[in-house]
Amino acid sequence: MNKIFEIPLYAYQRSPDQDAASSVRHKVIVIGAGPVGLAAAIDLAQQGVQVVVLDDNDKVSFGSRAICFSQRSLEIADRLGAGRKLVEKGVLWDAGKVFFDNRQVYEFHLQPDTGYANPAFINLQQYYVEKMLVERVRELQAEGAPIEIRGQNRVEAIGTHDDHVKLEIETPEGPYNIEADWLIACDGANSPTRRMLGLDFEGRIFEDNFLIADVVMRADFPSERWFWFDPPFNRGQSALLHKQPDNVWRIDLQLGKDIDPEHEKLPENVIPRLKAMLGEDVDFALEWVSIYTFQCRRMERFRHGRVLFAGDSAHQVSPFGARGANSGLQDADNLCWKLKLVMDGDAPDLLLDSYSRERVEAADENIRMSTLSTEFITPKSDMSRLLRDAVLDLSEHYPFARPLVNSGRLSTPCAYSGSSLSSADALNGPEVTRPGSACPDAPLGDEFLLPQLAGKFTLLTIDADAPDSIEEGGVQATRLALSVKDDLTLELKRRYLGDATGAVYLIRPDQHVAARRDTFEENAFRQAIRRATGKE
Amino acid sequence: MTDLILTPNLENADGFYADLTAAHDGLNKAESDALNARLVLVLANHIGAAKVLSNALKAAKLQDT
Repeated sequence: MNKIFEIPLYAYQRSPDQDAASSVRHKVIVIGAGPVGLAAAIDLAQQGVQVVVLDDNDKVSFGSRAICFSQRSLEIADRLGAGRKLVEKGVLWDAGKVFFDNRQVYEFHLQPDTGYANPAFINLQQYYVEKMLVERVRELQAEGAPIEIRGQNRVEAIGTHDDHVKLEIETPEGPYNIEADWLIACDGANSPTRRMLGLDFEGRIFEDNFLIADVVMRADFPSERWFWFDPPFNRGQSALLHKQPDNVWRIDLQLGKDIDPEHEKLPENVIPRLKAMLGEDVDFALEWVSIYTFQCRRMERFRHGRVLFAGDSAHQVSPFGARGANSGLQDADNLCWKLKLVMDGDAPDLLLDSYSRERVEAADENIRMSTLSTEFITPKSDMSRLLRDAVLDLSEHYPFARPLVNSGRLSTPCAYSGSSLSSADALNGPEVTRPGSACPDAPLGDEFLLPQLAGKFTLLTIDADAPDSIEEGGVQATRLALSVKDDLTLELKRRYLGDATGAVYLIRPDQHVAARRDTFEENAFRQAIRRATGKE
Repeated sequence: MTDLILTPNLENADGFYADLTAAHDGLNKAESDALNARLVLVLANHIGAAKVLSNALKAAKLQDT
């Protein structure tokens, strides 16, 4: 077994900054080379922004960790030039089984998604995602993009100033100082940046312990998500089995409260549990075992002057629903275009406050959804358990009860409902594309819509007139002219027009809808651009 | 959608009450609790309307709807 998380991927190298007479100033420094930090750095580098990524380690993350990547994450990865690799390596799944006690109560198929370039979900170990993003960084470097990763560079102290940030860094060859105009902290749930700045992280702690094991086995379990409530092999608790690439299977076993994690983690205690679950005669090897409890909490604000928090450093959710890494990638997606406009002087500084507001709304949605799942999976009272079991018993016999079964509501992008960047809806159009929403993909013959909306403001017209581009206060929106005839499957019409005969959309660089109307009205769209860039 | 009905509406009040209690005959406390829970869910699904259900919860708590 080739364990890629044991190989240094960005080994320590001495930087000229360490020999400079005074602290070198960079445009942006990202702390943390996890999926979120790497995504942010790639996004900025693709826009020509100089960026340095610091990580206290030099390898990808240890163990599989995040394994379930959503369609929206894959769309973001496409824009970053890494999406196809992820999908090629990932395991596709579209079915699941739910077990209760000693029996299967039902099985489900995710709606067969048509008309999207990317699948609804893939399963892929976080270490592969990180490896592929690092490979993308190397590609950008080869093209001369201003991006670098510095391994074994641990930030020891942070000084915040009105117009820059100072960092004291420890390396294998001793300390040095650098500065940055902007700092993005993607340093995880235990964020040292957050701690060093003395910032809050409030929320709810759940006491249940979960054992995660990655096992390597040649087994003929299908590529499905299997979830057990109160199974004979783990009485009173839950269990999950999910397939990853390379014959690796993720097993999650709820262990309950008041256990000794160190004791439970020992192979002699883990292996009998897994045998009880998988069967005595199944041959498997343990690749990674971890025990975790989880919290649902977030920072009050994700922006503190020149320091921006993204991913787990800003918010933490329960693992049910794959809302951790997926929401972190959406943070980076939301942040980077705003930061670029502010750095270039094309938008006021307060545009960055909208990053915090929009992603706080998303974090609250994720915390709310994953807390509901947690309460179903780990009922906190006798009556809550009684109702949960009643739902499961009914689900075996009647379809009506199946939507009530909650073993995790899978991550979907937040539609920023109250965002100050959105203009009032002026189209009698579909709900999925109302202002604030992430644009759903749609087929256009042999191609797809989303790649044509990437990284810039777009004036999407569907059977409507508009100029080829409009510029407002240094921000340009370029027209993409489409017709419902471009998509014979009619998904474009279904997702963007509904009953309307034509529409004009203003779409942000992160592919969220800023405004829409039935026809192009210059003043309205100029105002919409100003709103979307924090100028109104 | 119709409002929650809190005036007599059962086709056969005495008959339903007898059936409801008879359904619990021979069940222990846990089995009876489970039956009640399933019954609530079946009825709730039949009603469907969020407003009616939310008023039903209030009525069951003996609060004004």
